[in-house]
Order: sequence, then C-alpha cells, then structure tokens
Amino acid sequence: MVKKLMTGNEAVARGFWEASGRVVSAYPGTPSTEITENAARYDELYAEWAPNEKVALEVAIGSSMGGARSLAAMKHVGLNVAADPLFTVAYTGVNGGLLIVSADDPGMHSSQNEQDNRNYARAAKIPALEPADSAEAKNFTKLGLALSEQYDTPVMLRLTTRISHSQSFVELEDREEIENKEYKKDITKYVMTPAGARPRHLQIEARMVALAEFAATSDINRAEYRSKEIGVVCSGAVYQYVREALPGASIYKLGMVYPLSYQSISKFSQQVNKLYVIEELDPFIENILKSWGIECVGKDIFSLCGEIFPETIASELADCPLPEITKTPSIPPRPPVMCAGCPHRAVFYMFNKLKLTVTGDIGCYTLAAAPPLSAIDSTVCMGASIGMAHGLEKALGRDSSHHTVAVLGESTFMHSGITSLINTVYNQSAVTTVILDNSITAMTGHQHNPASGRDAKGEIAPMLDLAALVKACGVKMVNVVDPFDLAKSEKVLKDSLAFDGPSVIIYRQPCVLLGKTAVNNACIVDPKECIGCKRCLKCGCPALGISEGRAIIDDKQCTGCGLCAGLCPKEAITAAESEGK
Amino acid sequence: MTNCCNIIITGVGGQGTVLAGRIISLAAEAAGYDVKVSEVHGMSQRGGSVITQVRFGDSVAAPIIAFGKADIVLAFEKLEALRILPYLTKDGKIIVNNRALLPMPVITGVMKYPDDIEQQILSVYDDAEIFDALALAEEAGNAKSLNIVLLGRLSKLLDWPQNYWTDAIAKAVKPRFIELNLKAFALGRE
Repeated sequence: MVKKLMTGNEAVARGFWEASGRVVSAYPGTPSTEITENAARYDELYAEWAPNEKVALEVAIGSSMGGARSLAAMKHVGLNVAADPLFTVAYTGVNGGLLIVSADDPGMHSSQNEQDNRNYARAAKIPALEPADSAEAKNFTKLGLALSEQYDTPVMLRLTTRISHSQSFVELEDREEIENKEYKKDITKYVMTPAGARPRHLQIEARMVALAEFAATSDINRAEYRSKEIGVVCSGAVYQYVREALPGASIYKLGMVYPLSYQSISKFSQQVNKLYVIEELDPFIENILKSWGIECVGKDIFSLCGEIFPETIASELADCPLPEITKTPSIPPRPPVMCAGCPHRAVFYMFNKLKLTVTGDIGCYTLAAAPPLSAIDSTVCMGASIGMAHGLEKALGRDSSHHTVAVLGESTFMHSGITSLINTVYNQSAVTTVILDNSITAMTGHQHNPASGRDAKGEIAPMLDLAALVKACGVKMVNVVDPFDLAKSEKVLKDSLAFDGPSVIIYRQPCVLLGKTAVNNACIVDPKECIGCKRCLKCGCPALGISEGRAIIDDKQCTGCGLCAGLCPKEAITAAESEGK
Repeated sequence: MTNCCNIIITGVGGQGTVLAGRIISLAAEAAGYDVKVSEVHGMSQRGGSVITQVRFGDSVAAPIIAFGKADIVLAFEKLEALRILPYLTKDGKIIVNNRALLPMPVITGVMKYPDDIEQQILSVYDDAEIFDALALAEEAGNAKSLNIVLLGRLSKLLDWPQNYWTDAIAKAVKPRFIELNLKAFALGRE
C-alpha cells in the first residue's frame, strides 16, 4: 500500500475523495483552508469558495439533501457564522452524508479567540469526531460520512491547528464509488416549521442515545492499559503528547468526543488508581465525567487557556520539572507585519496621520493595529467594522463620523460587511467605509473570492463589481482609488469624511505577493541628504531601517512602492521608476 | 518514541522554512523512518517568527518537540536562533545563518538588535556553526536558495547517502529551480 506524508487537512480531502464525496463548500480560515484547496485538486470533487461559512454550510446541506456526500469546512469562528443552519440541520438530518469540519485554534496562532467548538456539537446535538493524526483524519472523515447516513445526522469533524498543520503518514486507498442517494421530497423531514420540528426533536434525542451506544462499541474509542497507577482520558493531538510524556500511563483514547459512553469510561476509571482528563481549552470531557459522578482531575492542573504541550504534562504528572530557562537579555519580539510593498500600508499611514478613529476587521490589514502605524481601534469579527462605526456614531453623535472610518478587505466585505453597509444607508448614518480591494483573500494564503475573477479550481469566474454593488445599496458617494497615489488617496478620504451621508472608498491595488505589481527597482537613500529624522520609519515597512543615524533600505525586500519616498521631507529617498501605475 | 531525532527550523516568515521541513521529511522517509512535521500557517507568516518542527525515528508520537528536547536547530536568522536556543538539548547542534533581519520594534527604535548574538550562542554551544549562508545562496544564483544552503550544512550532521537529499530536493522544488538548488545544497555541504 502506498503511504504518503500528509497534513491533517490534506488527509481530510483525501478521505472525502476516497469515500466518494461530491461537494465541498467553504470559506477560507486558518487552520482549515487547505482542506478545500486540496479537495479542489481532485477532478471527481466539486469544490468551491463560498462568500461566508453560513453559505458554505447551506450549500453542503442542499447537496446532502440532494443525495451527495458533502462537506463544509471552516475555522472555529466560522462555525459561529454557520451556527444558524447548524442548529437546524441537526433537526432535519441528512440524505447524503454531511460532514462539518471545524478547525479550532488553541493557542490562537492565527485567530481572534480560542473558543472550543466541541461545545457546538453538544449544543446542536450532533456527534463529533476528533482525529489524533493525519491517518485518523482521513479515516474519521470516511467514518463520519458513514455515521452521518446511518444515524441521519450531520457529523462534526473537530480538528485543531496541530492536527490540521502537522504531517504524518497516511495509507492511500482507492476511491470507493458510491451512488448518490435518491432525492425524495419529504416535507416532514426538511421543512422545519414548529409542527415539523417538534417530532424531529424527539428523534434527535433518541439519536444521541443511539450514538452513545455506538461510542461504547466502536474501536475509535479504546482503552490502552499499561500501569494502573495513572489513567488519562484524552483525544486529538493531546493523545500523542500523553503517549510521549507518560509512556507508562493507561490511556482512554477518544476518537468520538461527543457523545461519550458512560459504561466504557466508567469501566476504565475503575481500572486505574487516579484518573486524569487532559484536554485543551474547556473542561468539556471532564465536566461530563464529573456530571456522571466519575472522579477525575483536569482543569485543576491544566490551563483553560492555550495549548497543552508534552513538557507541561511531563512536569505535572511525571515529575519531570521543566528545564530551567537560562536568563537571556531581552530579545526583541518579531511580530508579523504587513509585507514590504503592501498596498494597505499607505492607507493606514493616512489614517494615523489624520488621527482617525478606525473600526477594523479581520485580514492582513489587522496588522496595522501594531506600532508604528497603530491605526486600528477595534477588531472583533468578520464584517464588524461597518456596524461598529455606525454604532459609534449613534453613541458619539453625527460629527464623530467625520473622523471615523470602517476598514475591511473586499473578501471580508462580501463575507458579512455588506449587510452592515445596507444598514448605514437604511438608518442614515454618515459612516465612511474603506474597502481594501487587493483582488484576493490574502491572509489565509491567497484564495479566490467573488471579486477576484477566478473560482476555487482556478477557472475564470464572473467578477463582482464592488463599486456598482455599493452604489446599488444606496451609497451616494463612491470612489475607486489607487492607494499608491498618495495625494489623490488623501483628498478622496477627506472628501468622504466630510460628506454628510454614507460613503465608500475602494482602494484598489493587488496584493504585492501576487506578483502582479510591476517589479520596480528598490528605492535608494542618499545618505548625504538623509537627516535621520526617521519619518519614513513611521510607515512600518520591514524593508526600512536605520544605520549610523541614516535611513537604509534592504534592496532584497523593497519592492519600490515609493511610499517612504513620499514621506521624506528632504527628498533623500529616490523612488524607482514606476511602470505599473 | 524516545529515539527520535528532533529538528527545529526557525526563521522569519517568507524565508522558506516550510520547504526546508518538507525536504528533510522526504529524506527521512527515504531513510526508512517514521516522520512527523509540524508547522504554523497564517498570520505569523507575514514577516513574523516562524518555526517548523521535524521529528523522525522508529516511531514518532507527538508532532511537536518538547521544550529543551531539540537535537538540532537550523536557524535562518540569528536573532531567531537566539530566541529558540532554550529548546535545544545541552549537547545539541545548531547551524545559524549569520545575517540579521530587523524586527519591527528594532526598526522603529523601541528595542535594540543584540550585537553579541554570535558570542551568546557560542558561549553555550561552542561547536555552533555560524556562517554567511546568504552569500553562498547568492553564489548559487538566488538569495532565495538560502534554505537549501542550510540544508546542505545540516546534511553533514546526518548519516544519510547524499542522494536521499538530492532526490528530496528534486521532488520538492519546481523543475526549473532544481539545478540552482542542487548547487546551493552542494555549496552548503562543502
């Protein structure tokens, strides 16, 4: 059998393909993005980028109802957006198998919170599987689809960053050709009016009991007996850490994290002297065990916050103290920054210069909150910027909107900003919305979107006309500007802020990493002219620096965008000849 | 599980640590080992500190390396080498590109880039290999082959036939860059 080193995300796509999957819909979000990217590489799979996670799940629900095995993938916070269909598809159940992949991010490597989405499985009353490596990611994807059809339920596959983005060996199998299920009109199953939903709720409760029985008999939940001194209940990546940190401990390894089997875990607990539950984030398993009267220790020793590491487990339970850290003099941190040549930088430099209040959003541009730009006042969730700016006006008065902007990327605008823009028109505020259109969903690694002109498979797709869209919403002042044209950018911004009504500025310039920007020569500093005032450094470009009191430019990083040259009071920086503007 | 070789590759987002991890894992696979690799995508890739972790051995459980348990550190930037140092075992090996990339707090003048990084590393690991890998990458024809130069140096620490490495490089990079990268590998290994 062929084995291949794969990330958990690649393995999910492979498992979906092998299990005769048909339809994948998703919105990109770290750490889930590569599931859809990999699915799009299989000819037999239809894979798409939806404008947001709610749409993605609804697409998957529709294709499941139509009889095809379907998958919707998202990061943990994406499931908040998709929560509305989630809680009701739990009632309707499925036709073709339906898998909802939630990729959680303990430790917040790339997220705004670290919510634990196992809670969603419990709240929505659906089963959740959690793989511990890539091989299980593939196998659980296939099992999840089968369980979905067998128990007439959507199934959650819960991943974490360490599973999604870790590679381990996977045995490759062939695609099993399974016919789509027949679509039959069934009003009592798919139309969730109160009269339809009440009997479905009864079925769901019965289904959870049946699934708990499955949990008791399935070999994806298993007791591994070693020393009886310590027993540990765990799942996912933590299972691997426990094996490593406590090689002698007995383990109850959960493959299905919801629902749990009382009989199986209770039996295990009776075999060991001391029972621990080791899980990242919430005491999800621990609380269920305690509610059953099973004595165990969990969050009394392990943190509710962040990831758990092998050394933490070893130091707590194996008496292996953490190695002493040799005192090192303060090492400057290296936070992520907007790239050299990023078209967003000039816009945020302007915001900072004009001392605007800026309600921000989710994307690369969130990095503008960091010094030296420090140009964002709030970041909450996808699309929040416009609604929050409207709310600020209601709290602070209409004049506040003359020095406030809402800023978000084009992908985020289409995801969930547009409804808030409609609100500013309908409820007549004077919010200025700035859409940074860089022709791609950049932060997650360049995925196409409805305004990029390509689909998830890279084929040409209709391109949404953002300016026409915002005009159709009723916005009277709409401008499209090149952010590298500093003078025009600032004039348009000032005019829009002064306008007494909703206004939109679309700053349009492709992401520098797309390589579409004309390649310029690096900018050059004339050290004789430079007075060392450091004004250029205020734009926060990583290609700039200071050496012997004079500005320097790293020609390896500089793309010649010329922003710093425009800021220099002594014209000591020469912008390269530009061809692409 | 206890006989794993643990390698941490550290650098700055965009320097090619992920590709380096992929090549090591392919070579380790050719050598017949179980392999696990862990990396972090997303926000930190935008010019922030990044690490890729590669573990290989008869059987590997965790995809990440416990604190203080790295056998080898491959650092693409010397401040990142200093930052990761506590992860290295007492008798571990460290290979460092001696060029500096300034982080934003240094660019804005809030903090100072330490000027004694090489001495600090050598005071703990006197056999640390600190050299100008970027110069060799440029000699090979492209500064971006820095990661492969460092792999060339790493290859001297692992007792594998050279073709495991060259095959892995040929598999992992685009066909038109194979020759350049093989040259970079050879320069790093010299």
